[in-house]
Amino acid sequence: MTILRENPAAAPETAAPETAGWTAVCAYTDLLPEQGACVLVDGRQIAVFRTFDGELYATGNLDPFSGACVLSRGIVGTRGAEPTVASPMHKQVFSLVTGRCLDDPATAVPTYPVRLSGGAVEVRVP
Amino acid sequence: MTRLVVVGHGPTAHRLVETLTDRGFGGRITILGEEPRPAYDRVALTSYLAGKSAEDLTYPVPDGVVLRLGAAVTAIDRDGRTVTTADGHAEPYDVLVLATGSSPFVPPVPGRDLDGCFVYRTIDDLDAIREASAGATAGVVIGGGLLGLEAADALRGLGLSTHVVEMGGWLMPRQVDEGGGAVLRGHIESLGLAVHTGAGVKEIAADDAGRVAGLVTPGGETIEAQVVVFSAGVRPRDELARTSGLAVGERGGIAVDDGMRTSDPAIYAIGECALHQGMVYGLVGPCFTMAEVAADRILGGAAAFTPADMSTKLKLLGVEVAQFGAMDGALDVTFMDPVTGVYQKLFVSDDARTLLGGICVGDATPYNTLKPFVGRELPGSPSELLFTGGPANMELPAEAVVCSCNNVTHGQICSAIADKGLTDVAGIKDCTRAGTTCGSCIPMLKQILVKSGVEVSKALCEHFTHSRAELFDIVRVRGITTFSQLIAEHGTGRGCDICKPVVASILASLGNGHILDGEQAALQDTNDRYLANIQRNGTYSVVPRIPGGEITPDKLIVIGEVARDFGLYTKITGGQRIDLFGARVEQLPLIWKRLVDAGFESGHAYGKSLRTVKSCVGSTWCRYGVQDSVGLAIALELRYRGLRSPHKLKSAVSGCARECAEARGKDFGIIATEQGWNLYVGGNGGFTPRHADLFASDLSTDGLIRVIDRFLMFYIRTADRLQRTSVWLENQGLDYVKEVVLEDSLGICAELDAQMERHVAGYADEWRAVLEDPERMRRFVSFVNAPGTPDPSIAFAPERDQVKPVLIPLEAVRS
Repeated sequence: MTILRENPAAAPETAAPETAGWTAVCAYTDLLPEQGACVLVDGRQIAVFRTFDGELYATGNLDPFSGACVLSRGIVGTRGAEPTVASPMHKQVFSLVTGRCLDDPATAVPTYPVRLSGGAVEVRVP
Repeated sequence: MTRLVVVGHGPTAHRLVETLTDRGFGGRITILGEEPRPAYDRVALTSYLAGKSAEDLTYPVPDGVVLRLGAAVTAIDRDGRTVTTADGHAEPYDVLVLATGSSPFVPPVPGRDLDGCFVYRTIDDLDAIREASAGATAGVVIGGGLLGLEAADALRGLGLSTHVVEMGGWLMPRQVDEGGGAVLRGHIESLGLAVHTGAGVKEIAADDAGRVAGLVTPGGETIEAQVVVFSAGVRPRDELARTSGLAVGERGGIAVDDGMRTSDPAIYAIGECALHQGMVYGLVGPCFTMAEVAADRILGGAAAFTPADMSTKLKLLGVEVAQFGAMDGALDVTFMDPVTGVYQKLFVSDDARTLLGGICVGDATPYNTLKPFVGRELPGSPSELLFTGGPANMELPAEAVVCSCNNVTHGQICSAIADKGLTDVAGIKDCTRAGTTCGSCIPMLKQILVKSGVEVSKALCEHFTHSRAELFDIVRVRGITTFSQLIAEHGTGRGCDICKPVVASILASLGNGHILDGEQAALQDTNDRYLANIQRNGTYSVVPRIPGGEITPDKLIVIGEVARDFGLYTKITGGQRIDLFGARVEQLPLIWKRLVDAGFESGHAYGKSLRTVKSCVGSTWCRYGVQDSVGLAIALELRYRGLRSPHKLKSAVSGCARECAEARGKDFGIIATEQGWNLYVGGNGGFTPRHADLFASDLSTDGLIRVIDRFLMFYIRTADRLQRTSVWLENQGLDYVKEVVLEDSLGICAELDAQMERHVAGYADEWRAVLEDPERMRRFVSFVNAPGTPDPSIAFAPERDQVKPVLIPLEAVRS
């Protein structure tokens, strides 16, 4: 998981970032603070979240408790210091950092590396 | 090893054995019980007919105790120190405890042995009454005391038309005076029971088959009934003591000393069979104390029984009745409200400062607050204490008894809270036994907890220590308009799925523009976020508003066309509207474009807000209707549409007392009268159904709307998160809410009115506002990087000519 701070204007124009495996999925401005959005990458549904402090996270969109692809539509918040999303179906809370369900540690959703490249949000799907 | 034999296995015997084993009694305990089952909670007997099982009521038998059931003791050989049971078994003892209890007194009236006559004492009695009631229509209880009314409640619960016959001049003569008895009678008659006081019994009449046919009074009048229950008092079971030569009282009871010892030092008697200083006790509290005294003596202690507190508090047929301390005094002060059926009387010393006792009917608050002051100086004037229910912060003396069933003092409870760090009533019960028997002191225990500084947490979640009502006031008074400001100044972290929707709702109730504007969108649960109701496969359902359930054929056709064109599963709802299921996120704006163009607006089925105002067809068409229920329902639905509240709000209007709209099952329901409208509040269906309470009668339409405005706004201000009006109303108290809303006791009605006016004036259709704003529209896509692509995981299959979702098997999801 790559976490980058929000500051697209001041993003240093260093050497061209490696592009292998990364897919641009949307503009940073397509994501609203403390909300998620779903992107489709090679038929895979990935939920991308922008937290209040501007950091980006990506998890699978499939809610393992309901079997519906809805996690991107959950409420983003925190539990302790951990950024979280709550499934909109039955409100199980998942860590955005690890994908682990904080209400049922035996269950987790996949997480994906996500980064900001210029103004674009990119995710890397294995 | 000491051989202890206990005769009888009721609650008192259980308490004795439990105390002995808890205290490490080293001897062998044998219990000989007459009933076929172990000791059970007789105080809760009536709950057996209401559905509790015998097992629910049965006390656990301590380990290591020998319990012989169905073993009636027929003789005591005091010289040989042996008891003999009916089946010939002989049990030797070193110490014998008689806990034989009492038997119901059946007056010697002709016909008392007929088939259909019962007493009310054991689970077997109740089984027999239940069986006989199955084929009966009416029942009579002979005796209007505490147990008689319990029995009457049971008969009523079994569906019998029930009569209570009391010899004395009023009901419950041992607990209340004549004035209280009259108020109690009013309550009981209002439940449909017939009460006959000052009435004797000449005979029980039989039918041709020799079964009970009715009760004949001395005046020759016949009360028809197929079930007769005798509940005319109890008599101590002292026959065993008599035949074995122990001293007994003139009017019955096994004489005991302060250590519960009979005239034979090897034999104790405890409970209802024991006679101490000329008194026989039938209440569980003193009986338990006797058991503990006897246990202490058996263990070599010197505990003594002193004449006991006979205070009683109970709820009979839904009516609170309580009596404490003395039933007379130099002076008495009475509070009586015939409208609500409340009667409260305090007996005080001649200087009106020392409390001697009291009687309560209809509302036993003084029992809870003032009983510990019996024999002490009152914390205020008696009349003031009766009117206010006692000051909330009065200081209880440490030695005041809070739980009289288990003789636990205020000081003992406070010590337990402090020493063991108790934080709830359950903890107090475990540590002190207070509140474990009749439960009447539990409100007092809660107060003591609060006064001990134990915080009963109202925190909404880990991010806010406030309750929803407190947050509402903070937002309202401080004029806060964003979640970020609120959590930065009054909370911690960045919120969660609990506090964010609460704050979103508060902001919306106070009117802060469209619910998807700016930061508000991130606070909304998915239903509000997409202005539709999420379904199990992640699709949504759409409910256009159909005010009052009235719809033109043209609009009905539009709904049908939209459902057909988008392939939506279509169903009529319970609220007289139409629900269209299976819409994907990106279809929602397309569906709503068609609906809004046809004149529909959001139905807010997704919101914690007004859903629907259901109506019957009313006086315009119905030959029974007395008012235009449809017209009022439409007006109310349009007035309160979009009003965000702590939970959903449902309403209905019925055009006459036949109540076809089921208004009493709603948060606010209106039933037409010849003179206007009756308003009922606090009803709901759901998990815990509740009928609404009458709030105001014969209102004009304008008057009705004003009352509803204030009621709803007061609810919105003060309710907890996801608290329906039913629970809120019970917590606040119907009378209190009436005072606030109808009499403006808090002086806030003008504010509540203004707040509702702002809501009405500021209402705009949420869906139209989305369609008119491209920024808002952009949010309605399944995939932000493929806006036109439908979610490939959503699939449907046909069922009964419509679609149903095809779910992804959870095993596949989680592997």
